[in-house]
Amino acid sequence: MTGQPQPGVPILRLGDVLVTGLLNELDDRTAIAFTEELTERISAEGARGVLIDISRLEVIDSFVARTLMELTTVARLLGARVIVAGMRPPVAITLVELGIELVGVETALNPEQGLAALGWRQAPQPLEGARRGTAR
Amino acid sequence: MEQALLDTDIGEAELREEADALIEALVPGLQSGTPVDRVVTSSPGLHEAVVGLSLRRARAGATPTATSLAVLALKEALLKAVQRDTRDAEELFASAVFMNRLLDVAGALSFETYVEGREEIIRRQSQQLMEQSTPVVRLWRQVLAVPLIGTLDTARTQVVMENLLQAIQDHEALVAIVDITGVPTVDTAVAQHLMQTVNAVRLMGADCVISGVRPSIAQTIAQLGIDLSTILTRGTLADALAAAIKLIDGPGPDGDEGDGR
Repeated sequence: MTGQPQPGVPILRLGDVLVTGLLNELDDRTAIAFTEELTERISAEGARGVLIDISRLEVIDSFVARTLMELTTVARLLGARVIVAGMRPPVAITLVELGIELVGVETALNPEQGLAALGWRQAPQPLEGARRGTAR
Repeated sequence: MEQALLDTDIGEAELREEADALIEALVPGLQSGTPVDRVVTSSPGLHEAVVGLSLRRARAGATPTATSLAVLALKEALLKAVQRDTRDAEELFASAVFMNRLLDVAGALSFETYVEGREEIIRRQSQQLMEQSTPVVRLWRQVLAVPLIGTLDTARTQVVMENLLQAIQDHEALVAIVDITGVPTVDTAVAQHLMQTVNAVRLMGADCVISGVRPSIAQTIAQLGIDLSTILTRGTLADALAAAIKLIDGPGPDGDEGDGR
């Protein structure tokens, strides 16, 4: 009931960011289970950000696109920001040509930049304060 | 005069060789017993000889007249040969008809192949042109630019997108500038292709700036009612680069610290 069937995708927690990815063979049931589990984790752990790596996906159909959009909306309602990272060039081209839009979904080039956008820095420093010092 | 028409870059020796090959292939073709109209197309040797002949001419840049005449000139030669054999009018007429049928098919085939050969050249050239006309250059750290030259059709857009997105991935670029200084006109189709490119770039997680919007193009866009409001546009490449650098530096350091200066 609560997304227990293993989606096969681990969801890691790094501070207040949840990091996860999607595998290529994403069928409808797995996608739904994934959404449920992720939603549960966001609310249970009070995540502020979610990074979804999609560099393994070779195809994004309208269903996956909708799942991503819904996930973004749900996460925003729960107070978390979703970033989808690592879309492959052919996938982007196909999406554009099919006219599928990822409305409201933030994208990043790779997980690293996605994490940076979510407030993580390359240097393993605490988020607050440390960065301000470098400004001058 | 015929000599002048046939006179291309092809030398005498080569012409002779071609003619020999054609005649040589003609004999087994005629002996095979297939109907006249199909001898040329069904006899492999003859077919090959005609195709080879016209392809060579197409690639060498000979005129279509020279190509078909090269095959049809055989008529005269063959007729003369027959005339030497017989003086009987009826027999001459029959063989003339026979030869005409035979060589007309060969002429048609040579012409068809000629056009095909030319078209292949055109295809290859446009492919090359397309690949060469869409270079992706790195302007700055994490800033790429594509200077577009010529009209932007569907095929071009596809190539531009592929090259650009691949380069974005390779260079980990954050901003891509599409420069349309070299695009003569922007109509609805071109605008839509630009939008597609921008959307694809955004899906990758990078941002896109369009530069080189000339006043006349801006007016056209406004008059056509094309909505490019979601796209960052700049007049010159320099302005676009400045905007791109601002984009890179902007959200980086103060992304989470908000307006901390």
